[in-house]
Amino acid sequence: MAFDYEKYIRPGKLPHIWCPGCGHGIVMKGLIRAIDTVGLKKENTAIVSGIGCASRLPGYMDCCTLHTAHGRAAAFATGVKMAKPEMDVILVGGDGDGTAIGGNHFIHACRRNIDMTYIILNNKIYGMTGGQFSPATPTGAKASTTPYGNPDAAFDIAKLAIGAGATFVARGTAFHANQIDKLIAEAIQHKGFSVVEILDDCPTTYGRRNKFKSVIEMMNHLKEIAVPVKAAEKMSPEQLQGKVLTGVLYKEERPEYTDEYAKVIERAKGAK
Amino acid sequence: MEKKLPTIEIIEKYCKGCHICVEFCPTKVLEMQGFVASVKNLEACIKCMQCELRCPDFAIKVTA
Ligand SMILES: Cc1ncc(C[n+]2csc(CCOP(=O)(O)OP(=O)(O)O)c2C)c(N)n1
Ligand code: SF4
Ligand code: SF4
Ligand code: SF4
Repeated sequence: MAFDYEKYIRPGKLPHIWCPGCGHGIVMKGLIRAIDTVGLKKENTAIVSGIGCASRLPGYMDCCTLHTAHGRAAAFATGVKMAKPEMDVILVGGDGDGTAIGGNHFIHACRRNIDMTYIILNNKIYGMTGGQFSPATPTGAKASTTPYGNPDAAFDIAKLAIGAGATFVARGTAFHANQIDKLIAEAIQHKGFSVVEILDDCPTTYGRRNKFKSVIEMMNHLKEIAVPVKAAEKMSPEQLQGKVLTGVLYKEERPEYTDEYAKVIERAKGAK
Repeated sequence: MEKKLPTIEIIEKYCKGCHICVEFCPTKVLEMQGFVASVKNLEACIKCMQCELRCPDFAIKVTA
């Protein structure tokens, strides 16, 4: 049976603004299926973003949505969750929004382990502003600001999240569309700060500069580099060269921030 | 017994002509007609839903 996505989309909002072949739409569909699977209520679900093409996503969703300042989704979302801990809070944004200008907010949300789910659409570039390099742009890749090749090393966003203390970290790709909803659903159900990195494609500002002839080539590239964590266990370091692990990469149970903060309030009430 | 064919609806005003559905359909059911996707060979459809899952534009609906 065809899935009824429009049940979760604000009436009259389609077609969306993303370019032909942009993976952001594929990720949005995965998020919608995850919301449906977990059974989240629209009126109890806050979807929060910063600025960028990826950050346009909440505007389409028929939930409680917040489109904030560049890089600040985590700050606003934390405010929502602290004020209303019973709400399900989901953050959405690009690699630029989340790991450049928003990098500090990102690592500290991970450290705090506040119960929210952060979906990072990593297309390795600043799409919205015309293709400047981001902290996720691979070494050697071309961007409008690195026309001779990027000299920097890229962040491994999932590893960064694990290092900073996120208690659920997963990675998928826009090509592996039927896995996206499962990863996001598990992330939503995990109590604590969950990060789901989706390797995405921006044919318009990344693909063209980096010798991908079409969006199909970009999709095939995602297909080729992805290795499920289970399969990787049986592979040698040589076989894993140039590959990226997908699936649930890390999971741990640790006290959650709004619970701990409620205890602080109780202790303060008791203090003379 | 005749096999029941699925219905594949392509919403033309949403389709941006990215080719993703056409390229990754395992049985080559779809083709491009100018700038939009269209159904070429419905008989071959195995109802795998890959086209619906991957269309970035909410433009394909497969009903088995
Ligand atoms: C404070 C501030 N600085 C810079 C900008 C310009 N700006 C808008 S979107 C963006 C980057 C978007 O890239 P990313 O978050 O990776 O998302 P994408 O567009 O690739 O989906 C930048 C630098 C801004 N809007 N606000
Ligand atoms: S510029 Fe890139 S990220 Fe932005 S909508 Fe177009 S393809 Fe997507
Ligand atoms: S459901 Fe599968 S077989 Fe049928 S058209 Fe879509 S991709 Fe092709
Ligand atoms: S995947 Fe969707 S937008 Fe792309 S050609 Fe097919 S129907 Fe059109």
